[in-house]
Amino acid sequence: MDKRSASRLTVILLMAPLVVWLAAFIILPHVDMFMLSLREKVAPRVYTTSFANYGEFFGEPLYWITLARTTIMSVAATVLTLLIGFPIAYYIAKIARGKTKNVLFLFCLLPFWVSELVRTFGWMILLRETGIISNVLQWLGLVDGPVEMLYNDVTVMVGLVYTSMLFMVVPLVSTLDSLDDSYIEAGYDLGGNGFTVMREVVIPHAMPGIVSGCIVVFMLTLGNYLTPILLGGKDSLWFTGQIYTQFITRFNWELGAAFGFLLLAVSSIMVWAGLKLSRQTLSSTLAEG
Amino acid sequence: MKSFKKTLLGSAVAVFALAAGSVSAQAETLRLLTWGGYAPEKVIEMFKAETGIDVEVTKSNNEDMISKLRATGGSGFDLAQPSQDRVTGAQYEFEIYKPIDLSKIDTDKFIPSMLAATKKNTTLEGKVYGLPHIWGTSGLVLDTKKASMVKDYTDLCSPELAGKVSYRLKRPTLIGFAYAMGLDPFAAYGDIAKYQEIMNKVQDKLIDCKSNVKAYWSGGDALMNLIRSGEVVAAMAWDTGGWKLNKELADVTFVAPKSGALGWIDTFALPKKTKAEDAAYKWINFVMQPKVAAMITDAAGNFTAAKGADEYVNADLKTRFQKSFSQADIDNVKWYPPVPAGLEEIEGKVLDKVQAASSD
Repeated sequence: MDKRSASRLTVILLMAPLVVWLAAFIILPHVDMFMLSLREKVAPRVYTTSFANYGEFFGEPLYWITLARTTIMSVAATVLTLLIGFPIAYYIAKIARGKTKNVLFLFCLLPFWVSELVRTFGWMILLRETGIISNVLQWLGLVDGPVEMLYNDVTVMVGLVYTSMLFMVVPLVSTLDSLDDSYIEAGYDLGGNGFTVMREVVIPHAMPGIVSGCIVVFMLTLGNYLTPILLGGKDSLWFTGQIYTQFITRFNWELGAAFGFLLLAVSSIMVWAGLKLSRQTLSSTLAEG
Repeated sequence: MKSFKKTLLGSAVAVFALAAGSVSAQAETLRLLTWGGYAPEKVIEMFKAETGIDVEVTKSNNEDMISKLRATGGSGFDLAQPSQDRVTGAQYEFEIYKPIDLSKIDTDKFIPSMLAATKKNTTLEGKVYGLPHIWGTSGLVLDTKKASMVKDYTDLCSPELAGKVSYRLKRPTLIGFAYAMGLDPFAAYGDIAKYQEIMNKVQDKLIDCKSNVKAYWSGGDALMNLIRSGEVVAAMAWDTGGWKLNKELADVTFVAPKSGALGWIDTFALPKKTKAEDAAYKWINFVMQPKVAAMITDAAGNFTAAKGADEYVNADLKTRFQKSFSQADIDNVKWYPPVPAGLEEIEGKVLDKVQAASSD
């Protein structure tokens, strides 16, 4: 065996676990899901192959409205997270120094030491009718009776933004960190004000971080299950909830699988469109993020 | 020398096999897929002391049981406890159960009328798939001081209770509301078009009623918390939840609705690929002994199909039961008949639409 084939063998051996992992846990289940989504239940125990499950999705407004609503809410949550996360990341990366920087970063990280379920229950304890905020408001005399702040879209949005903040701040901090302060100074020296420097220097530099943060937050939000269901209560309608319902309480795996694929399609299209609009490529954002 | 080595190897193998055999015999376990409270720790300990079999409990509900068994083709558990109305439909569609060998059961330990009813309801193609274990009802749980005007499910929608009501977004709610609206869903089980029509009416009612609802409860504990905190004063719920709350809050109790409480019976059913079938039969015979059955009643709050167990149930629970149910209420209980294939899809869509509707 010569040296080259030996090194090739090493590469193959090194890659093998990854390939096996990808095939066994990602590709195969997806192929299986796709086959399942093409199976139409004609009668109990009788199945044929057709696109009926996809037809069911487009024919029933309930389903596509849910997906549209989920997508729009996810986009809104992503934008909000970016708007709130950017100044925080900017402060951590560019203004804070030494210990403060670490402490601030730790504050962003801290909520993630507990599970999403516990974090969501935390919000429920705060916001419910007999909860802390309602009681404090009553004690202060600002309101007459108990206030219910749970079970609406605003609460869901708060929960989603809170849950995804870290995933926006981390890539932003890392790209902003790599921006040399002298560029910002040069911007001011050349007569720019805060706004133009932000627009012409900081944001273009941070773009890969912004895009990768947005992709991660969008995907996490779109695929979120716990937060919308728990905080949204009786009016919550999230597409992942629909998928769960089809699989677990309706025993309709075929339709559930079709829903799963539609969700995958929507998220892929949205990410692709986002990259096109921001003129980024997936590899550049991944490398920076 | 060679033969010596062989013997050595052979005996080593034998020892290993023996050890493995005894280990597996020692650690025989019964994997039970059941509801909360149906297998109390004390009963499991007594069972182990008597038979040497360990019991591993997985808590679940009807839909989850069917989904789990369907996903594995009926393996992973040795005994399951779905409600009797959900056995034949699931068996017909997914083939997840195994017929029960009645000769291995002490049938005289069961209340004969319940055994006969469940056998009839869980028979598919001449084979019995379920035996009755625990039964109970769903009806209304009320704070009698604040929601005394609630006599039936539809009263939950009255305007004075706005925002203070809870029920589950599941099929019992659809059935209960249908009865309270003067419709007869069970009679329409055989007629899909008729059933659809009934469900459409219920759907409109539930969408109308949505602004009254605080939250749709999904687990017994969540509902208990809502009522304890006073956020909810009237709910459609299981009888045992009402009785448990009654112990803490004298005003809260279970009330049988005017149109009739809905009666369910949870069964014993054998998953198709059960590995410890004998242990499963032993468990069934064990828990149907009157004294053991009474212990389960104390833990679960519901009565069992074991003959003579009533005697051993604590008096407290019996009084609460009698307060909630007059003889007329008991006669008026609507027992769930087996759900024919296809109905659950209609119901599913109705539930989705109610969930999706805006509440104002």
